[in-house]
Amino acid sequence: MEGKEQEEMEKEYTVLTFAEYEEGLRNGKLLGLRCASCKKITCHPMPVCQWCGGRSLERIELSGEGELTTFTVIRVPSEGFEDDAPYIPCLVKTKEGPCVVGRLDYDAEQATQELIGKRVRMNGSYTYKGDKYSGGAHTCPVFEIQENKSVTQINAD
Amino acid sequence: MRDVAIIGIGHTKFGRASETSLELFSEAALQAVDDAGVDLKEIEALFQGAALPGFEEGQVTPPGFSAAELNLNPIPATRYEGACASASIAIREAAMWVAAGEYDMVIAGGVEKALLMGTLFATRTFAMACHAPTEGPVGLTFPGVFAMAARQYSRNYGISIDKLREKMAHVSVKNHKHGALNPLAQFYKKLGDLKVEDVINSRLVADPLTLLDCCPFSDGAAAIVLCAAEEARRYTDDPVYILGTGQGSGGPLSKMEDLTKPVSRISSARMAFKHAGLKPSDIDVLELHDCFTIAELIALECMGFFDWGEAADATEEGQTELGGKIPTNMSGGLIGKGHPIGATGASQVYWLVKQMRGEAPKGNQIDPVPEYGMTDTLGGDFGTLCHIILGKGK
Repeated sequence: MEGKEQEEMEKEYTVLTFAEYEEGLRNGKLLGLRCASCKKITCHPMPVCQWCGGRSLERIELSGEGELTTFTVIRVPSEGFEDDAPYIPCLVKTKEGPCVVGRLDYDAEQATQELIGKRVRMNGSYTYKGDKYSGGAHTCPVFEIQENKSVTQINAD
Repeated sequence: MRDVAIIGIGHTKFGRASETSLELFSEAALQAVDDAGVDLKEIEALFQGAALPGFEEGQVTPPGFSAAELNLNPIPATRYEGACASASIAIREAAMWVAAGEYDMVIAGGVEKALLMGTLFATRTFAMACHAPTEGPVGLTFPGVFAMAARQYSRNYGISIDKLREKMAHVSVKNHKHGALNPLAQFYKKLGDLKVEDVINSRLVADPLTLLDCCPFSDGAAAIVLCAAEEARRYTDDPVYILGTGQGSGGPLSKMEDLTKPVSRISSARMAFKHAGLKPSDIDVLELHDCFTIAELIALECMGFFDWGEAADATEEGQTELGGKIPTNMSGGLIGKGHPIGATGASQVYWLVKQMRGEAPKGNQIDPVPEYGMTDTLGGDFGTLCHIILGKGK
């Protein structure tokens, strides 16, 4: 095999795999990537920087802190989530820059618009066991409002 | 590139269908061929939108079977999948192939049969158009995505959630009013005199969206016959021309800056306007993707018909009604007419053509007959966007 071909074979295209990212979540860590070109943070992981497309990335750990940018309370769930409803998907803008999607650990009956803009912190993860179509189990981060400690525990792990 | 014309249109009754998807598509395609007055043998290729046939009927690669049902095989027949925008991207591709000169006459459209799946499983399969790795385990649903967008809209523009719910309700009231007048609509003669309170007080699906903020699950098909514009008048006195198309791609929700300003939709709309050499003020009628009430407001703003944050008030004031600044979804839209996802883009084109022929149902027809119309179709959570601009003249 030519040297160049060997190099191609051994080149790492994925610095942080999705499985490693999910394992991090299950261990209470929010992992991401820092771009050598623009210095910005990518999370969840991608093969290139989510901001500039840069190819030179290194693994980092985010603080897990950020701001709640939006949420909803799901009353009519999709198949597989019947036992969870009502539950609260949310978007969080992390202190480090990128947004992540997760669950909000909060009493669904008390969740009102005033929550948006509040500081949140990752306090665990949620693993959905998966169904025939999901390619196995998957994990997302769970956040809590920092001013108001957890009201109800959702099924975090 | 050649100009492209629509010379025939077909549309099944939306709602619950006992026919198979193949039968539904054939019905729409045969209507379109008959409407155009062309012989099936003249059709050189088939472009079919279909989002979830594998889950609905255990059927993948349906377009080959559709071609066979129409005795069109072995012509090329291709499925286009862009979730709820499937038919629009099928039509866009069909127009490209005709414009390029490869084919002179083609059928494009779409079909879906979602009702049999039931709400739980249909919600699951529709959610497959979310980003599976990150949004899957969260348990996000489509109403959930747009509920999150509604909360951002409320926050961005300082409109309280209660006020926004009232303003959004006007979209449902308007679209059900026109859907009730449309004989092919799922809610024909139903829900035509909804009140804002009815929408607000119906069952919460994903806070703050209620059942009446949402379009239904539906079965149905729609199809059109496209040909080279220079040939169009051989078949019809009132061809409608495809003046411009645009398409855009999104990504995971978490990579979006603001759910109320999806870049995929903005860039797709601009591409279509640029292609057509037109601007929003030139357009007389819209068929846009009101999968949820908030979605209509977001679409109107992204396409440039209203400034950011102004579509909610404009809708409440009647600016998107018949006689308003820009009549929107006079067919009933997805909310009133139904939303067989793979067919919706073709249905939107069908109803624009009907408007331009002056053949829309009484109470839905714009007077004078519109010169220019535009569709907006959204697939996934802003994953696939497509716009098509039609005109009575070239």
